[in-house]
Amino acid sequence: MRALLDSLKSLYPLDDIVLQRPDLAFATVPAAQVRGLLHHLKEREGFTHLVLLTAVDWLEDGMFQLTYLLHDRARARDLGLRTLIRRDRATMDGIHDLWPTAATYQRELKEMFGIDFPGSPGVDDPFVLEGWTDLPPYRRDFDTKDFSERNFNHREGRVTHDPAAHMKRHLYPDEA
Amino acid sequence: MRDELQKRVVKGPDGVEFEVEPLKDYYCEAPPAEHPPAYLKIVEDLFNWARSQSLWILGFGTGCGAIEMRPLMTPRFDAYRYGVQWRPTPRQSNLFIISGYLSVKTLKRVIRSYEQMQNPKYVVGLGSCTINGGMYWDSYNTIKRLDDYLPVDLYIAGCMPRPEALLAGFETLKHIIREGKAEGANLYARNFDWYKANQKKVIHDWDMPDYNW
Amino acid sequence: MALYTPDRSQYPAALPDGSLEFDLASGKYLKLWQGPQHPGITGNMSLELTVCGDEIVHARTHVGYLHRGFEKLMERRTFIQCFPIVCRICVPEPDFNEYCYAQAVEELAGIEAPERARWIRTLILEMGRINSYMMYLGGQAGSLGQAVIGQWTTYGRDLMLDRFEELTGARIYHMFILPGGVRDGLPDGFETRMEETLREIERIMADVEDVMFHNAVFKTRTVGQGIIRPEWIEDYGVTGPNARAAGVVKDVRKDQPYLVYPELDFEPVSGTDSDVFTRADVRRRDVHVSIDLVRQILARMPKDGPLMAKVPNVLHWKIPKGETYVRGECSRGEYGYYLVTDGSGYPRRVNVRGPSYTHAMALLEKMIVGVNIADVAGLMVSLHTYPPEIER
Repeated sequence: MRALLDSLKSLYPLDDIVLQRPDLAFATVPAAQVRGLLHHLKEREGFTHLVLLTAVDWLEDGMFQLTYLLHDRARARDLGLRTLIRRDRATMDGIHDLWPTAATYQRELKEMFGIDFPGSPGVDDPFVLEGWTDLPPYRRDFDTKDFSERNFNHREGRVTHDPAAHMKRHLYPDEA
Repeated sequence: MRDELQKRVVKGPDGVEFEVEPLKDYYCEAPPAEHPPAYLKIVEDLFNWARSQSLWILGFGTGCGAIEMRPLMTPRFDAYRYGVQWRPTPRQSNLFIISGYLSVKTLKRVIRSYEQMQNPKYVVGLGSCTINGGMYWDSYNTIKRLDDYLPVDLYIAGCMPRPEALLAGFETLKHIIREGKAEGANLYARNFDWYKANQKKVIHDWDMPDYNW
Repeated sequence: MALYTPDRSQYPAALPDGSLEFDLASGKYLKLWQGPQHPGITGNMSLELTVCGDEIVHARTHVGYLHRGFEKLMERRTFIQCFPIVCRICVPEPDFNEYCYAQAVEELAGIEAPERARWIRTLILEMGRINSYMMYLGGQAGSLGQAVIGQWTTYGRDLMLDRFEELTGARIYHMFILPGGVRDGLPDGFETRMEETLREIERIMADVEDVMFHNAVFKTRTVGQGIIRPEWIEDYGVTGPNARAAGVVKDVRKDQPYLVYPELDFEPVSGTDSDVFTRADVRRRDVHVSIDLVRQILARMPKDGPLMAKVPNVLHWKIPKGETYVRGECSRGEYGYYLVTDGSGYPRRVNVRGPSYTHAMALLEKMIVGVNIADVAGLMVSLHTYPPEIER
């Protein structure tokens, strides 16, 4: 894994490398290099299996982190590529031509995070939501509890405790 | 509204053109009517006894509770011995088991399936999530109380309720039916506007007729 | 001799990329919805089929009927509060959620589960795998009209659920594998009763083999049907028995052994023909592998020792910033959790990678073209998809 990362570092501007486990590493690449690097990994390094493509919302930095996780079965190793894109211009190049199944992930990201992948097949079709008008729900600034209280009728009599306070009272009464 | 629901001109395979307005042409628009009881109480009691002995469940697993239907159909728990069986289509069934949380998308299909069932019909809410949202109380996509959207005759609490709880629930439902208290379909007809208003409040893209059967 | 030769005079022309060109307005094609209220669908999802005669020319999978937004709900729950809800993501085999979540949290928090807990986790995962396969076999036979197989396998599954109940206290959602270890050890006499259950399941499996796999109707309708081409495996991220039936021996238990799998003796089952029959057969043989594994685990697991590692006070449990991905081989393929933490008491992001995500969407839409309507249910079940893990 070390050797692979060193050789990749000479070709691509890798940043923030974390060797999480001997068989799993994460690295950050600029958005413009992602497609090239993925292509290189798929064709040259044996990372033929796209495990997942997902996003993390770093609201406080105004960034979306896209994570491409690739798996190399022959050498039993995984490489996660992070790339950061601006929240207010959430657009990214698709990788559905490298892995056809990526179109599904991109469709989900479009719906749940509002990250656009122009040209990805069916990317604008609704995926799991229907008639959704609010913010994309996986964004951090979408408050699911608030939405649920506004949108749905709740049955009276349900008590919601703050878990920390409630557990403290019942399980750890001596703790200050 | 989706394209296939718009009013349009269609050309048939034989070359003849005709106009189609799907919402009007494909559905009956008449609202549901209340079904009065039989003229004699003893006759109604007989009907209710007969109804209680044949609960035919619509085979629509709306949530995780569907997993406990399979054991009920098989020899271990065998609900068939109580006159309960599963049917593939709403037209043949009179009991709708809402097996767990309903996402808004499923709620739409559930309403259509429910309206297609024949009177008299019963609804059983299975699991805590149908009662008050259960552990999905803060989810943006599941409804929190089923009886706002459909007339519920019986709730079976638990997450998830055991097959024995369902069998006990069937027996209780039979009891309710024999007492003539399972009037869900009539309640739905009587408070039709209220149910529709509730349904339309959560289904933001209502693209079907108000009553489809 | 072919039993049936379809009239293809009206069929659409193929475009260069292999898809079919059809014009819905011509009246030659019909849109047919299979699901969500349909007996021939796995769980609550639906297929929008465009048919010409009785052959599918185009299909679209629609999911989202079971979407509860787990990934969002977990962001506003503490690490220990997430543990009881994760199992709800996959109903028939919930234990993988618990294991992957617990393992990911342990990895980021720097905790190691004790030896005995790791054996018990493996035991639970293998028991769940047997359950899941039994359920599948009933569904596969049922989708082709053999209702009696479902009666037998559900009975066998019920026996296994009894063992689960004895061990964990619950039939379906066990909530047993929690970050740090497992909740409890084996009850007294568990090994004996488990052996009885395994014998009974083996008897059922022998019957299933005779009645289902040697049945002429089953063979006629499944052999050569629904082939996954080898080049699709990587394109569509196919894993688990679906890949193994195509001769690609992908098994996380061997490739990247986790828990106590390195110490256990087993060989991944594989096939060559990659059709519906082979996929069913791979799973049937895999049941026997799992039964053998359960026996090995019960014979070799440590009988005493701690069950829980020392975990900080869960009320104030903060996990340092980091990210990880944990995978396991569930009965449908690779199940994985991608967990991102940011130093607070709540997960920053959890992403669940269920094998059905790729199998039921892109792959199914591709495979289903050209299939007879009557075979759609059988084909779909043969991919062994569970909708809740697609949409979470």
